[in-house]
Amino acid sequence: MSGDLVQLEGRKGASAGVPDNTARLVLTLTVAGLLSGIAIVSAYEITRPMIAANQARALERAVFEVVPGAERLQRLAWRDGALVPAVGDAAGEPSIYGGYAADGSFAGYAIPGEGAGYQDTIKLLYGFDAERRRVVGMYILESRETPGLGDRIYKDLDFVAAFRDLVVEPEIELVSGGGAADNQVDGITGATISSKAVVSIINATNSLWRERLFAPGAEPPPPAEPATEEKP
Amino acid sequence: MSSGGHDPGRAYEELVKGLWRENPVFVQVLGMCPMLAVTNTAVNGLAMGAASFFVLVCSSVLISSFKSWIPKPVRISTYIIVIATFVTVADLSLQALAPTVHRELGAFISLIVVNCLILGRQEAFASKQPVKLALADALGMGGGFAIALVMLGGAREVLGAGSLFGVSLFGDQFEPWVVMLLPPGGFLMLGLLLLAFASIKEARVKLAERTRKAA
Repeated sequence: MSGDLVQLEGRKGASAGVPDNTARLVLTLTVAGLLSGIAIVSAYEITRPMIAANQARALERAVFEVVPGAERLQRLAWRDGALVPAVGDAAGEPSIYGGYAADGSFAGYAIPGEGAGYQDTIKLLYGFDAERRRVVGMYILESRETPGLGDRIYKDLDFVAAFRDLVVEPEIELVSGGGAADNQVDGITGATISSKAVVSIINATNSLWRERLFAPGAEPPPPAEPATEEKP
Repeated sequence: MSSGGHDPGRAYEELVKGLWRENPVFVQVLGMCPMLAVTNTAVNGLAMGAASFFVLVCSSVLISSFKSWIPKPVRISTYIIVIATFVTVADLSLQALAPTVHRELGAFISLIVVNCLILGRQEAFASKQPVKLALADALGMGGGFAIALVMLGGAREVLGAGSLFGVSLFGDQFEPWVVMLLPPGGFLMLGLLLLAFASIKEARVKLAERTRKAA
């Protein structure tokens, strides 16, 4: 291809004036690296608040989706064996979210969970009503399940709706062909592994968190301001 | 558009060659990794095409402007620094402005750094041509790449999901041809488009020959 011509034509400026000594080579790369650093850091600084706001908005939307009636959220972190209200990003700390209705009453928990799907890790968020011991909503945060098959765990509205009122004890069961009991979810034909993954993620996450939750009625008061999670 | 002495026809020529005669996807078959990986919908194709276009145009202009300053032994490293910078900027901007699209494309935005089309244009063209021509070349090549990605993404979305740009085309009766959304569908559709492109070219050559003989 025409790339070969470069060797023949050379670079007029470089060959004419300054010789290619070591200092010049180092200087060129240093200047390029410095300018590149400045450009990247500026772009990072400009976009950071927007990216943080996007993430907060996405999380808020997901929490409000899985906790019916929630209009504010409060992160609850698991620290030294106790659940405490926390501010800012979770940043690796095990956390769940408390959803509060507009009047400040506690609406339910939103609990993130993850586990192996068919292709890659599935990350989801489910709503939990601690008083009634029921799952009240499910939202897939991240999945790379097969388009057209596995991705029906969030595109198939019947499957998603099955998690709106679901008894979790002793365990959620995946059945095929119309389960009647109120702890049963109908699996998706052609996406057995993906739908099984969703159920087992919720079961595993729930067995971890259900003993950690506040006693019904003892939840912390709602956050003072309508929650917009942002790093201080 | 100052630098006199360059015939404006040359710039136009450099611009259109990337769109058709030397189309980076259909003729040079470059940059296949992002091409096959993310073009399962027209929107993803467009986003990937736009990001690559941005990186290519910015890098070409910058490298062409500073070509006499860049010593030959470190030119490739310098190109990579320039390209990687623009890719990071594109990545961050997309994350800030279109988070859903960014989520779909995932790691493939960062992988524009190693798209051989972009590095190839720097080495083969921008590093030895005036800025004006480098710009025209980058606009053509970037545009050609983006158009190809949208074509492939659109075709796969229509067959695999029954929609185009997210708008449902056929209603509920349509049984989607799911394999088109999967990686094998990317290869299939690319093959079909390459075939179509080649036969159009051949037909044009034959037509030209026939008219020349007749004349």
